[in-house]
Amino acid sequence: MVDAFPNADAQARTGRYPERESFGATRTGRARVAVAETLHRQDWIAELEAIRDRQDQKAFAALFTHFAPRVKAFLIRSGTAPDVAEECAQDVMATLWRKAHMFDGTKASVATWVFTIARNRRIDMVRKSRRPEPEDLPWGPDAEPGAAEVMALQEETVLLGKALATLPEKQRKLIERAYFGELSHSEIAAETGLPLGTIKSRIRLALERLRHAMS
Amino acid sequence: MPEIKHHLTDALLMAYAAGSLPEAFDLVVATHVSMCDDCRARMLAFDAVGGAVIEGTGGVAMGADSLAATLAMIADKAPEPRARPSAARAGRVFPAPLADYAGGDLDAVKWRRVGGGVADAILRTRGDATVRLLRIPGGVAVPDHGHRGMELTLVLKGAFCDGSEQFRAGDVEVAGDETVHKPVAMPGEDCICLAATDAPLRFNALIPRIAQSFLRI
Repeated sequence: MVDAFPNADAQARTGRYPERESFGATRTGRARVAVAETLHRQDWIAELEAIRDRQDQKAFAALFTHFAPRVKAFLIRSGTAPDVAEECAQDVMATLWRKAHMFDGTKASVATWVFTIARNRRIDMVRKSRRPEPEDLPWGPDAEPGAAEVMALQEETVLLGKALATLPEKQRKLIERAYFGELSHSEIAAETGLPLGTIKSRIRLALERLRHAMS
Repeated sequence: MPEIKHHLTDALLMAYAAGSLPEAFDLVVATHVSMCDDCRARMLAFDAVGGAVIEGTGGVAMGADSLAATLAMIADKAPEPRARPSAARAGRVFPAPLADYAGGDLDAVKWRRVGGGVADAILRTRGDATVRLLRIPGGVAVPDHGHRGMELTLVLKGAFCDGSEQFRAGDVEVAGDETVHKPVAMPGEDCICLAATDAPLRFNALIPRIAQSFLRI
């Protein structure tokens, strides 16, 4: 399935180096927004940092406008009643604010992080208890992650999103159904149309970082 | 941590990321991922797929006063404290998610003898699947059993072999519907495992079948 995404890989090759250099030279949130804008995409990290550092309500409003309706749609699609989903989406966004200092850009994009919060909230509602989560991996002494690692992971995530967006309709629908909780584990295991290889081949940089982390 | 040779399947990691596993399997996945950086990276990739799904989802409009209501909610509550500081891993047998369910580390487990020197401790989870800790003395076999569902067996301490395969600390065995397997603890120290199953096991010998009723597996 890897062959299905020549464009995404080509963009990775052409986009990577100038982007990383400019990012390495400027580490403030404002500069990061500028870099993101030149790439015509939005990674929301500057907004999250503004919330974390300055309790910036304007930055929160921007995140809210973008993510809250998506979270609500995700919850409804996953079987939550619309009025509960409205309340729950507010709750997810409030969690985003309260946990802004815990976001780790070397492990997830902001969209991914929002997804995990919404997913866990949905599971917690059903089980009335916290879902078991892996123990946080302590970074090794020489492996303290920096801006380059954040950018690398964010890039990989954007590429993964592009790769998924260009999948044939049938495969894309299958992935959505899996994430809306419509496929059980055995259905996922039996379904040959899911592009698991593609998914695995992305986020390779994260894998490399993690390999060195546990020392 | 020795090198882990037996990993979770992509389907399990995807189902965990999608949130569609029963709680008992969630616990085994979270515990294995706590010990295995390879599966952690794959899990993060499957989480990222969820991010892409949310990003690509057309939204459903929020109520007109929803932002104000959310800001009011935020004002009412203090920020979350940072995640628990990672206590020294050295000396701990149970990663954090398992310790949460077991009420502490290995020394806190209240074992129940189930015969043949084997002991177990069932951990409370919701849903049909069940999960328990197993303590198997070195050289002792877990009764021969087939499955009607799936069984995940994660080694926490010691080792077992199943046929020609060896499973050591951190390794997880994924046994499916038709697998007839016979795990035997390697000679030496006790083998401590975390085992989840989504259907009662079916023992292939008469005596263990009777034992099954009190093993509750």
